[in-house]
Amino acid sequence: MKVGVVVFPGSNCDRDMQHVLSDVFKLKTEMLWHEEEIPKNFDAIILPGGFSYGDRLRAGVIAAHSPAISGIKKMAEKGMPILGVCNGFQILVEAGLLPGALLKNTSLSFMCKWTEIIVKNNKTPFTNKLKINQRIPIPIANGEGRYYADKETLRTLKKNKQIVFTYCQEINGSSLNIAGICNKEGNVVGMMPHPERAAEPVINPIDAKPASMIFQSLLKSLGVAQ
Amino acid sequence: MSLTRQEYTTLEKKIGRTPNKLELQIVAAEWSEHCSYKSSKKHLRILPREGARVISGKGYDSGVLDVGDGYVVTIHIESHNHPSAVEPYGGAATGVGGVIRDILSMGTRPIAILDGLRFGDIEKDSHARWLFKNAVKGIADYGNCLGIPTVGGEIEFDKCFTNYALVDVAAIGFGRKERLIKNKADKDDFVILIGGATGRDGIGGSQFASDTLESENRSAVQIPDPFIEKLVIEAILEARNQNCIKAMKDLGGGGLSCAISETADALSVGIELDVARVHKREPGMSPSEIMVSESQERMLLITDRQKLPVLKKICEKFRVPYSVIGRVKDDKMMQVKVETNTIANLACNIVANAPLLDREASEPEYIKKIKKVKKPNTPRNLSKILLKILENPNIASKIWAYGQYDHEVGIRTVIKPGQDASVLRLDNGKFLSVKIDGNSKHCYINPREGAVGCFEEACRNVVCTGATPIGMVDHLQFGNPEDPEIFWTFRQSLEGLTEFGKYFEIPCVGGKVSFYNETNDGPIKPTPLIGVLGLIEKDSPFIQKITDGDLLFVIGETKDELGGSEYYEYIHNIVGGVCPAVDLRTSKTNMWALLEIINEGWANCAHDCSKGGLAIGICELCIIYEIGCTVTMDKIPQVKLRSDETLFSESHSRYLLAVSPKNVKKVVDLLDARNVLYGLAGKFVGSRIIFKKNAKTVADLRVDKAREKWLNSVGQLVKHG
Repeated sequence: MKVGVVVFPGSNCDRDMQHVLSDVFKLKTEMLWHEEEIPKNFDAIILPGGFSYGDRLRAGVIAAHSPAISGIKKMAEKGMPILGVCNGFQILVEAGLLPGALLKNTSLSFMCKWTEIIVKNNKTPFTNKLKINQRIPIPIANGEGRYYADKETLRTLKKNKQIVFTYCQEINGSSLNIAGICNKEGNVVGMMPHPERAAEPVINPIDAKPASMIFQSLLKSLGVAQ
Repeated sequence: MSLTRQEYTTLEKKIGRTPNKLELQIVAAEWSEHCSYKSSKKHLRILPREGARVISGKGYDSGVLDVGDGYVVTIHIESHNHPSAVEPYGGAATGVGGVIRDILSMGTRPIAILDGLRFGDIEKDSHARWLFKNAVKGIADYGNCLGIPTVGGEIEFDKCFTNYALVDVAAIGFGRKERLIKNKADKDDFVILIGGATGRDGIGGSQFASDTLESENRSAVQIPDPFIEKLVIEAILEARNQNCIKAMKDLGGGGLSCAISETADALSVGIELDVARVHKREPGMSPSEIMVSESQERMLLITDRQKLPVLKKICEKFRVPYSVIGRVKDDKMMQVKVETNTIANLACNIVANAPLLDREASEPEYIKKIKKVKKPNTPRNLSKILLKILENPNIASKIWAYGQYDHEVGIRTVIKPGQDASVLRLDNGKFLSVKIDGNSKHCYINPREGAVGCFEEACRNVVCTGATPIGMVDHLQFGNPEDPEIFWTFRQSLEGLTEFGKYFEIPCVGGKVSFYNETNDGPIKPTPLIGVLGLIEKDSPFIQKITDGDLLFVIGETKDELGGSEYYEYIHNIVGGVCPAVDLRTSKTNMWALLEIINEGWANCAHDCSKGGLAIGICELCIIYEIGCTVTMDKIPQVKLRSDETLFSESHSRYLLAVSPKNVKKVVDLLDARNVLYGLAGKFVGSRIIFKKNAKTVADLRVDKAREKWLNSVGQLVKHG
């Protein structure tokens, strides 16, 4: 089993993600350069956080047009687990793999803080070991993290159970307090908070267990753990 | 952009001819105070630099400390004051960029940023608020984009910074010892400029910084581009991994002129470069503009013929622009050409070594005058005063600022900003504790004791995390050094730091001196800023908490030292009096006893007493851990003091400890054995902070009310412009 972490110019959580996947959860992990096509022998793909292309034009929009993303679109169709975190979520949205948009926070500032998110869908490859309504202490760090979608889309999201995580309280103006969503099939998940920053006790001042379950879920869905 | 008459004569004599215009400009940039340290260099030699962990090398721009297991930590500090005072967003951002490249130039990955910011009175001065807001945004936008966490710092407001700003940035790097850049060059090696294009921004920046800020010189301010810096970082680290870099230097003050001459001089080689090959942002730039431009995000690399193609390939992968601008020679000359025409030819050691100056120093008149002040009357309602000090922007939480900094990226930040020192995990399982501290109010009253106090405060903060200090960096910021009174304050501060460093055997591994921090209204107060690194050689860091029923130990004596205190200055508007002084022996006794207690695991929480005094220290603990405390002031070790003086004196070498009842005896025994002055002065309980003296309540606050004021005050001040 092999997980790929896609690196764009300006990605800056790529090494953090790799550390957690390979050193903490012992998953074979490889960095994939955005300009190269993704080889076939990968079983899950993660788009890490950062400032791809310096957030120029709009967060994630340039990266969404890279060769790696065209490959990922095909993988997504085949049902492969794909997770976008923070800028990775923004890229998935810009690439059309997830609906909605990510706008400037209502504070108009970059926000770095610990918060709690609530699990709303535990059928995805990244949440199958979590319980519905379970709380996860986790940090956010973004300037454009306010999830927005029109009423119609929000209704669809609710109907299809595509809302994966919500914030436990209003934090940045996100519609329905959405912190993470998935596609209709559930295999593509995007989230603004950073699970890789919360999965180890030494850096999580509250409780690392819930966030580590996001990675344990991936292990389960890849069949390498129960 | 100029040399003094005397310097011009010296230059003529040294090169044996009349320099041409370009040569003059190159020399003027390098001989500016900013680049040459011509006023301070002679004096800086007194600082202790040696230590078991210190690794020094030719042309190193950062301090290097061995942290064991084959790993090193690098640290550097810089300021960007003049640019930030004119254009706070760009000035602060490029300040971050510059110091990051110093860390990178060692071949280490930058892993943390700390910043020390100083502005005028943000309560009354909207310009100061504008500077503050934009400097914070500049740091946030730059550091966040790079993915380097801003893990700590400090912010001070004082009227002496009106229409001005001090923006100090310290950066920390981490890497494998064997990957440190060796900095060597051989004849015919290639000289490569990589990174951002050279443009007309930052022209004459180093001379701009070497003069009093009188006019707004926007063209001297550099333009930030964190995205290209991020690409440069990744490209260079990959080039390092592939052994493509023989020597490296970042381009900072003085641009190419300084980078070339200093590199060649440090490596005892010559460099020939062709300005026509430099990749430029705009056409029609003159050779002198190219040589002194301070455009950002540029690095100078030296590589050999064999590795050049590999290096080019790496740059192309990351789409980092580069140009091969010259070759290494063995004649120790800096030869600047436009294609085949030589337009400047100077001996590198002449360019890189400005004639040093002997500046006069004399004790300022004001110091004698402000020593004696009339004590204020004790205010009737000390609870109200306490609350007012908690709201004071100098004391209140800086969460409004650090909440905009990504302080988690890199997943090393164990102890987050907002507490004493920040703690980072290292790859060898150890932990690094970092803090920077300054105090212009103390340093104004007594530049020597003030500076020593800053050094001790940074050490106290680091020790409170359970770390042993292993190195320091200093940034000495003063007004015009040509004024003997100002130069005296510089020398006093330096002597104090030297004495403390030697006594504690903490080597100075890097630093900067910044003079000419003046506006038309006069000089800033002396503002040395001290950064201290500490190492925790244990498997787990000291995770602090306070439990209901824990007892409060106050370690160290509270003295009649209210000069420069927030209480005197903020509440009573008194500038003067006796400022706190460090007694070296007591300082060491207290510090090591505290460290022993923490390492034994007998303390639940440790905090130092600094700005605002004991009362504020205790309130901070109560606010952070959301618990009340009842303090018996009679038990606090002190000379004879009034209640307000006990509460707000800022005496050094004091610590607060929260200890479980079961560990009290162990702590008492240890403190007795080490001859430490201490008092078992209170108990953490309930939801109020109560100070009692002779069984009477002196001050009484609700924790939630104190918390609300302390947490939100700065944010509310800047919210509406």
